Amino acid sequence: MKPHTDWLAHSILCTGVALFVLPLWLLLAGATQDGGAIARGELSFVPDLRNLGIFWSVLTDRAPGGSPVWRMMLVSAALALAIAFGKIVISFLSAYAVSFFRFPFRMLCFWTIFITLMLPVEVRIVPTYAVMANFGLINSFTGLAMPLIASATATLLFRQVFLMIPDELVEAARMDGAGPLRFLRDILLPLSAANMAALFVIVFVYGWNQYLWPLLVATDPKLDTIVIGIVKMIGGDTVTDWNRVMAAAVLALLPPVLVVVLMQKWFVKGLTEGDK
Amino acid sequence: MATLELYDVRKSFGATAVLHGVNLALNDGEMLVIVGASGCGKSTLLRLIAGLEVPTAGRIVLDGRDVARLDPAERDIAMVFQNYALYPHMSVFDNMAYALKIRGLSRDDIARRVGGTAEMLGLGPLLDRKPRQLSGGQRQRVAMGRAIVREPKLFLFDEPLSNLDAKLRVTMRAEIKRLQRRMGVTSLYVTHDQVEAMTLGDRLLVMHQGVPVQLATPMEVFERPATTYVAGFIGAPAMNLLPGVLCQGGMAVDLGRGMVIPFADGKRDGVDGRKLTIGIRPEHIVLDPAGMMLQIDLIEPLGSETVLIGRMDDGELLSVKVPGRAPAGEAIRVSFPAAMLHVFDAETGLRLG
Amino acid sequence: MERRTIFAGWVLPVCLVAPQLLLTVFFFLWPAAQAMWFSLVRQDAFGIRTEFVGFENFADLFADPLYLDSALRTVVFCTAVAGLAMGTALLLAVFADREIRGRAIYRTLLIWPYAVAPAIAAVLWVLLLNPQIGVVAHALKSVGVLWDYKLNDTQAMIVVILASAWKQVSYNFIFFLAGLQSIPKTVIEAARMDGARGWRRFRTITIPLLAPTIFFLVVVNIVYAAFDTFATIQALTHGGPGKATETLMLKVYRDGLINLDLGSSSAQSVILMVAVVVLTGLQFRFIGRRNAE
Repeated sequence: MKPHTDWLAHSILCTGVALFVLPLWLLLAGATQDGGAIARGELSFVPDLRNLGIFWSVLTDRAPGGSPVWRMMLVSAALALAIAFGKIVISFLSAYAVSFFRFPFRMLCFWTIFITLMLPVEVRIVPTYAVMANFGLINSFTGLAMPLIASATATLLFRQVFLMIPDELVEAARMDGAGPLRFLRDILLPLSAANMAALFVIVFVYGWNQYLWPLLVATDPKLDTIVIGIVKMIGGDTVTDWNRVMAAAVLALLPPVLVVVLMQKWFVKGLTEGDK
Repeated sequence: MATLELYDVRKSFGATAVLHGVNLALNDGEMLVIVGASGCGKSTLLRLIAGLEVPTAGRIVLDGRDVARLDPAERDIAMVFQNYALYPHMSVFDNMAYALKIRGLSRDDIARRVGGTAEMLGLGPLLDRKPRQLSGGQRQRVAMGRAIVREPKLFLFDEPLSNLDAKLRVTMRAEIKRLQRRMGVTSLYVTHDQVEAMTLGDRLLVMHQGVPVQLATPMEVFERPATTYVAGFIGAPAMNLLPGVLCQGGMAVDLGRGMVIPFADGKRDGVDGRKLTIGIRPEHIVLDPAGMMLQIDLIEPLGSETVLIGRMDDGELLSVKVPGRAPAGEAIRVSFPAAMLHVFDAETGLRLG
Repeated sequence: MERRTIFAGWVLPVCLVAPQLLLTVFFFLWPAAQAMWFSLVRQDAFGIRTEFVGFENFADLFADPLYLDSALRTVVFCTAVAGLAMGTALLLAVFADREIRGRAIYRTLLIWPYAVAPAIAAVLWVLLLNPQIGVVAHALKSVGVLWDYKLNDTQAMIVVILASAWKQVSYNFIFFLAGLQSIPKTVIEAARMDGARGWRRFRTITIPLLAPTIFFLVVVNIVYAAFDTFATIQALTHGGPGKATETLMLKVYRDGLINLDLGSSSAQSVILMVAVVVLTGLQFRFIGRRNAE
């Protein structure tokens, strides 16, 4: 390649990075500034380092009429983890069943799961709400998590992974005397670990960032997620405490961003291999 | 240590019949090589014996017990796969130990048996490695070790050398033969490579389109091929096959071009004019100043010998193998020694006499 | 595609597939069926009497200028978001694919916004463009632009498009980068030997080879813009001013859960489902054809 520095590439990439990092920086800096000053239009890019304690106080203080931020973070984390683990386990097992067995109505099962790909939660929001109301699951954690656990994407991803496992490997295991459950545990599980990690990142972010469904199904403030909490803070009739909103937004961003950045390699691989 | 018998084993996938009835008996400790072009059903036959497919009809008897409908795990058969099929996430030791663990052997027994087998195959220093850290030859050895360590009744080899480079293939071929002799385990070896087939097998089974066409020792297959298919398949360059007709009251063949050759081994049945196919191997054709004229089309020097591809007067090609260098000139004269002719029926392709 | 080797038995697989199947039936098929049923009936204001009305709800929708406006608005919004998010991402991916120093850092810095919730993306854009507190809004005002997206329809549309596209760039970036990296180096080298360079090589070699990725992303981006931006729009404008940023998704929500017009909102849900089914069907046909080649 060219020995000299590629200035064009650097300038375009730096502009791109600025486009994404500057708003984030503004959020961080704004959180430490005076709420009144921000409301008067004096938001600055320079953080006030004396005010770093704001993050702690936002985390622990109880917002008027709502739950404290730490509680909302906990709800978000529980929701994201429940969805991630639930989805991974259920999809792994169902993908295993449709990939490695022949049983009656197998293709019917597969297509039933498959068509859910075409029904994102947003599209069926009103009827799903009605069904949940029939079950009495409104305002319950179960009602919050369950409909988000089922989806075809993860099943299809695992099926894709399983299809790439050579037939000979399965045959070797059978000749070695491994039955279906032993094969699942000893061979399939370790071989799918990387894909599971990728899926974990994708689903964790998906679960953490949910807005519409929690808004509908959990009106009890005890079940407010952090995302819901922040939108409530800026949408209310009262004067918005901008520095507190920003501090809360920083806290809300941290877990999913950390998960994505720390597991970047697996996540990118899983995302690009799975959805195709 | 076991015997294997197949009785009229058939297999169809949907409406497509892949095996049209195979009968076979393997003696204890024998190495039988199944050879044929791809799609001849040889791999399917191996998979039926392994238990990875269920036969449509027929019996597979291992050591006096019909195993045709048993799960592979219940048959006590080990298999070496073409792509080795090592468990990528397990170390060499765990790959070899897996079947023993499933059978519930004690830790000490497993360590002892895996250690012994690894020693025998020179895998000792590699036991902690993962398959991806091994060379092709080493992976092949681990696949062998995984089969050997189980001490099975029967070994199955599914083209185990086809993923190796040419030089390594020769080394491993010799090693497989030595190991099989030493352990004396009854073995079935599938390949499409005739050199492997000739060198490894105590006996060969040549398959063609789902039917076994010849079962004999390697030399017998070479010297007395049962059909024109076998004749063309075994031997390189391939045997020349020429049309001819029976003449002189069944005592000779008329190859046209004025060539009438009397049979060295006696009369063939049928009336004069019966259509025949005459086979002659390139290395058996001799240079003869009084023989048929052959225009040289292509010269392939192999070093110690030379293959000449020539055109006869009617344009048909004929290969001739001569020792040493190619003779000078653009044409040669050749004749066919009567004792070296193979006589087949032109319609059925079956050997006559 | 099917596996050659399979395990015997049917009790175990049925048990394994059952949880997924139950969830699917209860939370996907049943609601979808209910939506279809409700789209064909009309309830009185108290929800006591239910009357079968056939396709009247649909007919009403297609005769309703408010619905048609919203549909048109959604099309404009989706096109703008998909175009902006994909264009930016492709530009960045092309340069991030070059052999430059700090490649890994650039990539990480461009990938993290994937983790930002659409609602939080809205907060970030409030900081930039809110007429009272936004830093960019102040800059605009200082050069004489009358900036207030809470009053100006066009400005409101621009704000929700920017915020929605911003959030989707990193997703597209990941796929474009993977797509670019999967183009065999030898093909690019062959094009260089043939004398194709710069823009020409990009247009005649890279773009055609990226076509599957582009097509896949078009579908994903349209679905994203149509549905996942609900939180962004809700947090920024609530669909306002007036109905200037009310997409079909916001309308379903408002009619069904605020105005409680079950028949109309169900009909709207059914129309959205059909739209997603058509889009997904197109995508799979295209991908299926590509795999068959």
